[in-house]
Amino acid sequence: MRQLPATEAAASQRGTSGMKRRFSFRLELDPSRSSAPWWTPILSVALALLLCAVFIAINGMNPITVYMRMVTGAFGSSFGITETLVKAIPLLLCGLGVAIAYRISIWNIGAEGQFAAGAMGATAVIIYFPDLPAVLTIPLMLVFGMLAGGFWGLLTAIPRTYFGVNELITSLMLNYVALLALDYFVFGPWKDPQGFNFPGTPMFTEAQSLPVLGTTRLHLGLVFALIAILLYFLTIRYTKWGYELRLIGANSNAAKNAGININKHILIVMLISGGLAGIAGMAEVSGVTHRLMYGISPGYGYTAIIVAWLAKLNPLGLIVSSVLFGGLIVGGYSVQTMGLPSSISSMLQGAILFFLIAGDMLSKFRLRSGG
Amino acid sequence: MELTTQLLIAAIAAGTPLLFATLGGIMNERAGIIQLGAEGLMLMGAVTACLTYLQTGSLSLALLAVFGVSAALGLIHAFLCVTLRANQIVSGLAVTLFGTGFSAYLGKSVSGQPLGTTVPRLQLPWLEPIPVIGPIFANLNLFTWVSFVLVIAMHVFIHRTSWGLHLRALGDNPATADVMGIRVQLFRYGYVIVGAALIGLAGANMLLVYSPTWIEGMTAGRGWIAVALVIFARWNPIRALFCAYFFGVLDTLGFRIQLTGSDIPPYFLKMIPYVVTILVLMFLGWRNRNKPSGTPEALGQPYIREQRF
Repeated sequence: MRQLPATEAAASQRGTSGMKRRFSFRLELDPSRSSAPWWTPILSVALALLLCAVFIAINGMNPITVYMRMVTGAFGSSFGITETLVKAIPLLLCGLGVAIAYRISIWNIGAEGQFAAGAMGATAVIIYFPDLPAVLTIPLMLVFGMLAGGFWGLLTAIPRTYFGVNELITSLMLNYVALLALDYFVFGPWKDPQGFNFPGTPMFTEAQSLPVLGTTRLHLGLVFALIAILLYFLTIRYTKWGYELRLIGANSNAAKNAGININKHILIVMLISGGLAGIAGMAEVSGVTHRLMYGISPGYGYTAIIVAWLAKLNPLGLIVSSVLFGGLIVGGYSVQTMGLPSSISSMLQGAILFFLIAGDMLSKFRLRSGG
Repeated sequence: MELTTQLLIAAIAAGTPLLFATLGGIMNERAGIIQLGAEGLMLMGAVTACLTYLQTGSLSLALLAVFGVSAALGLIHAFLCVTLRANQIVSGLAVTLFGTGFSAYLGKSVSGQPLGTTVPRLQLPWLEPIPVIGPIFANLNLFTWVSFVLVIAMHVFIHRTSWGLHLRALGDNPATADVMGIRVQLFRYGYVIVGAALIGLAGANMLLVYSPTWIEGMTAGRGWIAVALVIFARWNPIRALFCAYFFGVLDTLGFRIQLTGSDIPPYFLKMIPYVVTILVLMFLGWRNRNKPSGTPEALGQPYIREQRF
């Protein structure tokens, strides 16, 4: 009872200070909201489109016409749709790869290099065993592509686990190393002798190419990607290992105290993460370009980072966001005829990521008036 | 000129952009904010310098524009990290990805166009007769002199002034800084913006002096090397100078080996800076395995006054 007046006094003090600052507003964390709502990705894409519309307008173009052209280019015809899906395949595989790593807070930004490593691994099979039948070549290419990508992922994981080196820097440095190695092969020992100096290997034969759907360029890689997504979903949801990954992601100290060997998990996860990007590289050479060549990736590995974030690491979300970004790449190509650089799509990608993190955080805040 | 002198001159030329970017990174990270946007900031700095210079022909206007643009990007990063308490790694990645895409978009029309800039050089003829020092210092451009001054100024600022003490408190223990009466959020904003402007200057320096033609993605990972250099330098400006020049040497080493007519493929020589970055980081990790690395203790953690640690 003796405490009551004190509490009252405190309450009235709060009240007066509230009165004084009646017209002021402030942002504060809303304790009732722990995760961002489902609509922030949609809002962030819309705001990014709005921001880039300003830059397109400055460039002297009508943004609505440009966006319409991008949409019709990517989704307006059956050719556009299959091309979009062809671009979505590597994005989905690489995006899934980085998403698995992000689950345990391993910042793998090396999907670009792991993709190139996978493409080189798959091509090595063709260079050294040129005359195998399709039933042998394709699985061998898949295995070697996966192993090469996984090895490249391990090169990031080993410095992290045994030397405490930040994986962001390592994985990015390895991207440049992998792309330079690819340049070495296609300008050097693997160059097509009949290729008029084109920096690429000889064209693959029918037996070395992934089967395609009808007359389109849509290839078997789509099935690989969908199987990978399904496996990811089942593993994370229903297995002990998936549970351990979720535990590490939620609280790595708790996981360590529960007896989980985090370093072992980092090595395995980076092997898988790199392996998935490696499959993407294999599918790209065997299914789309039918040769290893200079500049094989238009930045799939970097776009994959945004794909994974936009999807919030969710399997279904990964499918949606990789198709969206595949469409963005195809749409970017189709506005080139209007005199706009195709880099408009990479500008949009960066802007989407900005608005996404801002939106995710802002939705956790609430506006309060007064003190 | 003898080989050592030549090597030192090349190291300074290639190392100065790295030095600016590293100093910017040190300023950000000393205040407790991770800056992974260096690559994007450098590219934006370079493309802004290129476009402004081609439009106006004025070097000072170009630099002013670079400061404006990179400070604006720094402001966005600060808003996301300080006010919204977003994940600093993802925010930095967003700066890099947006900067890479946006600079490519902006620079498309001037890609490959040589600039023909002349950055003023400070002529010191009375230095010429001194061996080694003479040829290196008698004919340096303004950027390099600014970087020398900046290294010393930042060293004095961080380690010898009360403002520097406050800066270190921001990065090591913002709660203490807050108790001391330092406005944590405000100063973090300030240091992030100034650091971003310095990284933008690094890009401008690279374009105006080192390779005066805009090419998409021209920094080729140097922003990321600068992120690693901040760690090598253990967040110390004086060490940053030596680390940046060491990488400057590596940057030109491949080209020099090629000039000697060796038959190592150039692709492998170009890998040197990237591979050495990883190896040095591994060596440092091994050597400092039981020692503190010098990382600001609250690096990457948003500060919330009401929250206890």
